[in-house]
Amino acid sequence: MEGRSPWYFAYRRLRSNRVAITALALFAAIVVFVLAAPLWADWVAETGPNETHTVEKIEVGGETREVVEVDGTPIGPVWLGAGGKFFLGADGRLGRDEMVRLMYGGRTTLLIGIGSALISVGLAVLLALLAGYHRGWVDTVISRALDLLWAFPVLLLAIALGSSLAVGGLDLGPISISGGSLWVPILVISLVYTTYIARPLRGEVLALREREFVEAAIAGGAGPLRVMFGELLPNLWSKIIVFFPLAAAFNMLLESALSFVGAGVQPPNSSWGTMISAGFQLLYTAPLLTILPGAMITLTALSLNLLGDALRDALDPKSKVELEAHTGSFEPEGEVL
Amino acid sequence: MGRFVIKRLAGMVAVLFAISVIVFLIFNVIPGADPAQRMAGKNATPQLVAAIEEEWGFDEPLPAQYVKTMGLIFSGDLISYSTQLEVDEQIVEGIPATLSLSVGAAVLWLFFGVLFGYLSATRGGRLTDRMLTGFAVLGISIPSFVLAATVLYYLTYKIELFPASEYVPLTEDPLDWAYHLILPWITLAILYVGIYSRVLRSNMRDVMNEDHVRTARAKGLPERQVRVRHVLRNSLIPVVTLFGLDFGAVIAGQALLVETVFSLHGVGQYALESIAKLDLPPIMAVSMYGAFFVVLFNTVVDIAYAGLDPRVRVREGAR
Repeated sequence: MEGRSPWYFAYRRLRSNRVAITALALFAAIVVFVLAAPLWADWVAETGPNETHTVEKIEVGGETREVVEVDGTPIGPVWLGAGGKFFLGADGRLGRDEMVRLMYGGRTTLLIGIGSALISVGLAVLLALLAGYHRGWVDTVISRALDLLWAFPVLLLAIALGSSLAVGGLDLGPISISGGSLWVPILVISLVYTTYIARPLRGEVLALREREFVEAAIAGGAGPLRVMFGELLPNLWSKIIVFFPLAAAFNMLLESALSFVGAGVQPPNSSWGTMISAGFQLLYTAPLLTILPGAMITLTALSLNLLGDALRDALDPKSKVELEAHTGSFEPEGEVL
Repeated sequence: MGRFVIKRLAGMVAVLFAISVIVFLIFNVIPGADPAQRMAGKNATPQLVAAIEEEWGFDEPLPAQYVKTMGLIFSGDLISYSTQLEVDEQIVEGIPATLSLSVGAAVLWLFFGVLFGYLSATRGGRLTDRMLTGFAVLGISIPSFVLAATVLYYLTYKIELFPASEYVPLTEDPLDWAYHLILPWITLAILYVGIYSRVLRSNMRDVMNEDHVRTARAKGLPERQVRVRHVLRNSLIPVVTLFGLDFGAVIAGQALLVETVFSLHGVGQYALESIAKLDLPPIMAVSMYGAFFVVLFNTVVDIAYAGLDPRVRVREGAR
């Protein structure tokens, strides 16, 4: 057979995996859905995500209905009955268009999930490379810090950080973030999740560090940066690619949990998590306001988890990073502090 | 064994100390605004802020502040400045509900996880494997509180199959206690059943190919006995490890969310009500106690585990 790169074979394995293709299509559909938010808002619903319609009436199939009834009950889904307005009904007393909010809220959730996954994966790679390359006391310091964050229950640490920063914001030298900024949940989530990626990656780097090609590079006069980024990093890519969708899924779920309890996205921003939180107050009159954003998060996380699983099968068949690692108890190799 | 226990306990004390420092940093040092102002809550008077500054020692150097803060938390004198209620009292009141939910759910998910894992390893084919995998992926993809809210709506409101929750103390009426908790238990447990069955299934499949199993069959043991005594028992070890880690994480995580949705008035609901008001002292105490509980629990599991499985002692001792 002709010389083909391992990436080519991984691509072929992935392409023949029907679950992977379905998951990818689902995720792509969700991305298109949230990207289309302004289009739907301007052309179909003719309203914005925060515009209220408390006392308005709409024509549904020739019949006039109130967007919000006198007792505060919002209108349910009218589908295309009003030409696309209030497709999924209104969101509560304020009478905002649920469909528009769902599309815009998804942008926040995806932004936080993907943004924090990028940061935590980047940070984890950096820490793993430093610890694995230098070994000795650098490794000790980094691994102890990671072990410590790992010992702290994820949700509690995120709640503590999220609520503390939501009150006071962050003011560290040149970095100044206000309490309501989206950066707060992004940073909190990436910080708490980093350890779950960095610990297994560090083990990987330590093993690679012993290999001949690293010795050869050092003997050939390569400096630390050259070895870390030129020799070690390329060998981590397959693991990183597997981690990324799993991290994004986990982070979106964490965002929704944080926002649900009120320590995540702060008003006036909204995400699927805050929508669930608000919808839950109306569970018995308008259950869809909880179930719809909940279903969106579930579908997104599901597509990413399936994709991550399939990527692992394709890229890294021997990997030990298992599904169960995601229950909050990532224990790669029986390491205990 | 003695050396292992001492080493493990020393490690635990170090982690507990470090966690207390992290919590201290998160609430008192890192954020931008004046700490006394933040602790006081939204509608604080200047007098209250001044009193808090004095009590917590915010004008003193950090180590002194740390000592004062820990003193406040662990002496049980911590109060919420917005509700004027003692934080420790509120937490202690919530513990039975949170614990009942977590323990009950854990029993359910272990039982059904082992049952389904065993059945699919011994009888199942590709289809059951796929179903378990699908179930496991769904379990990690669905937010527990969304599932909880959905079943709450459909099963207690639409069809009145279960009581609209509220916690009934076990000592008051054990039957009613269980009846009110069934739905929360199932909701929480269902997230983990798939994962556990899958782990057990793959372990059993590995163990089935080992020599000692062939020996057991060769000496004429009935198949049932081979499966239960030789295969299942050996395959349970990783499940127990996983459980040791998950249980603590669930109490300090998903249980808090699920309990809130079903309004069981546990620790989680208390924390959540405090977060809604951004009332920091209770959040601080709950995070601290929760993390402490998880670390303590994991230590106990590790020690028990080392007692059961000598290999762990050797591996850990070598480090």
